[in-house]
Amino acid sequence: MKLRPVSLGFIPLVDAAPLIVAHEMGFAAEEGLALTLARAPSWSALRDMLRIGRLDAAHMLAPVPVAGALGLGGGSDGLSAVSVLSINGNVIGVSRALATRLRDGGHDFAFDDARAAGLALIAVADKPLRIGVPFPFSMHAELVFYWLTALGLPAPENLTVRTVPPALMGEAIRAGEIDAFCVGEPWGSQAVEAEVGELLLPCSAIWAFAPEKVLAVRDAWAEAEPDVVQALIRAVWRANRWLADPSSRMLAAEVLARPEWLDLSAELLDRALTGKLVIAPNGEMRSVPDLIEFHRGAATFPWRSQAEWIASRLARRVGLDPELAAQRARSTFRSDIYRAAMASTGADLPGASAKLEGSLQQDTAVASQGGRLILPRDAFFDGAIYEPLLI
Amino acid sequence: MTQQLSIIVVEEDRDRAVTIVDSLREAGEFEIHVISALTSLARQIKARQPDVVLIDIANPSRDTLEELALASGPLERPVAMFVDRSEDGLSAAAIEAGVSAYVVDGLQPARLKPILDAAITRFRMFQRMRTELEETKRALEDRKLIDRAKGMVMKARSVGEDEAYAILRKTAMDQNKRVADLAAALVSTAGLLS
Repeated sequence: MKLRPVSLGFIPLVDAAPLIVAHEMGFAAEEGLALTLARAPSWSALRDMLRIGRLDAAHMLAPVPVAGALGLGGGSDGLSAVSVLSINGNVIGVSRALATRLRDGGHDFAFDDARAAGLALIAVADKPLRIGVPFPFSMHAELVFYWLTALGLPAPENLTVRTVPPALMGEAIRAGEIDAFCVGEPWGSQAVEAEVGELLLPCSAIWAFAPEKVLAVRDAWAEAEPDVVQALIRAVWRANRWLADPSSRMLAAEVLARPEWLDLSAELLDRALTGKLVIAPNGEMRSVPDLIEFHRGAATFPWRSQAEWIASRLARRVGLDPELAAQRARSTFRSDIYRAAMASTGADLPGASAKLEGSLQQDTAVASQGGRLILPRDAFFDGAIYEPLLI
Repeated sequence: MTQQLSIIVVEEDRDRAVTIVDSLREAGEFEIHVISALTSLARQIKARQPDVVLIDIANPSRDTLEELALASGPLERPVAMFVDRSEDGLSAAAIEAGVSAYVVDGLQPARLKPILDAAITRFRMFQRMRTELEETKRALEDRKLIDRAKGMVMKARSVGEDEAYAILRKTAMDQNKRVADLAAALVSTAGLLS
């Protein structure tokens, strides 16, 4: 059988794993696709390559299609998320100097309490607190603003969020350009390894079920090639399922470590995949079972309410009307295309395409097509609940 | 009279920066600044308030420029990535050539065209040079490996240079591999035995 070529772009991060695994482990070929994967130098370059049609699909920050729909970040919209690639996966770290001040102030680095960690950080940091994030339109930025403003740190007066490319985060903190960072793995672990930073908190402690990366496509391509898009969604879903199996992790780390993919040591990548992080250069460890999730609890389902939450937060930050923004952006998460793609797999899909975000304090069975779907805890650290426009 | 456009070129390499500036000068009268230090790039650019920013698409620091698109203060001018708003696909051509342009919103496409045309020509040339350099490096690397592998075969089988190469080439053909890949495998595994 002749395979249909599909070109994908990715940024070298642990959460690019679904695309790399779909290619390397043959899930794409099973769906009749031959993937070519191109490593992109920056998120903006990746987004632009996708927009001009040089790439068919891309590993993308969940807020990028949303920002496009709001006319932010280079204007023209026309990008959609047809599937979520990963849930959570970011960590917050601080400079060594700030870590020492936190410890002297009595903070225990328990790594699971966003309120305690945030209040301790606000208490000891110089103002404005400067935090590096990889991109202005990212869950990193949204979660940092959400977390610290909810704890009473006024932005932008006392909080400066700066864009620093992930691979340069360690250097920026060493040079004293930022006091703290929020970054996807393995770059947090890399900063610890380089002895320039210590980890303070996984972002899963801020929001327990945050959509992190999505599979982004051009709307025009999704319309022109519906069969290919659907095959791609299924191939990536199978890769995600494989990745979530604990017995796959060692192999996944080895594959990702190769020079053509992440080109980093497998040991470093293994930390994120197993949720066992070294948080300080002295070797202190913390276990975070929900550090990154690829499959459990309909993890890859693109909920319209996720797009709404991102849009309303982003809008508030840049001075747009949150409700109007949610309305314009909700359809960038294409649960309709995802459903069409998954119909033939027998995967249990949720009955609704939007949900209350943050309402589940524990894993909860929900209405679904097969009647056996359990959604994981998705609480915000402050107990807030986001109510979508439509369910 | 329309005001002279101001352009910022973000480029770390001095020689490249000079060639870009030269070709822009040929294209028209512009006020041109070069920024070579990538730290706090967004702030440096904000301070200058340019009409156009040109940056290599392969530069990872480009992401920091996206902040410019978030016009948060009344004094800041809205800056947008110029993607496919031109009828002739000029911006797509720019991206293909490896240059990205940030322009002040509302700038006339007619005024932008000569700038992008000049930048595109220059960046295409850089792209070609980059590819050539990579190919040359690889060829050199291959040659070194093949020479070492040849030496090992000559010693192990007591044969001359030509025959050693013939053995390598035949084995590579039999295994459906490049001679260089076979040589690399031989050199790396031989290290285990010595």
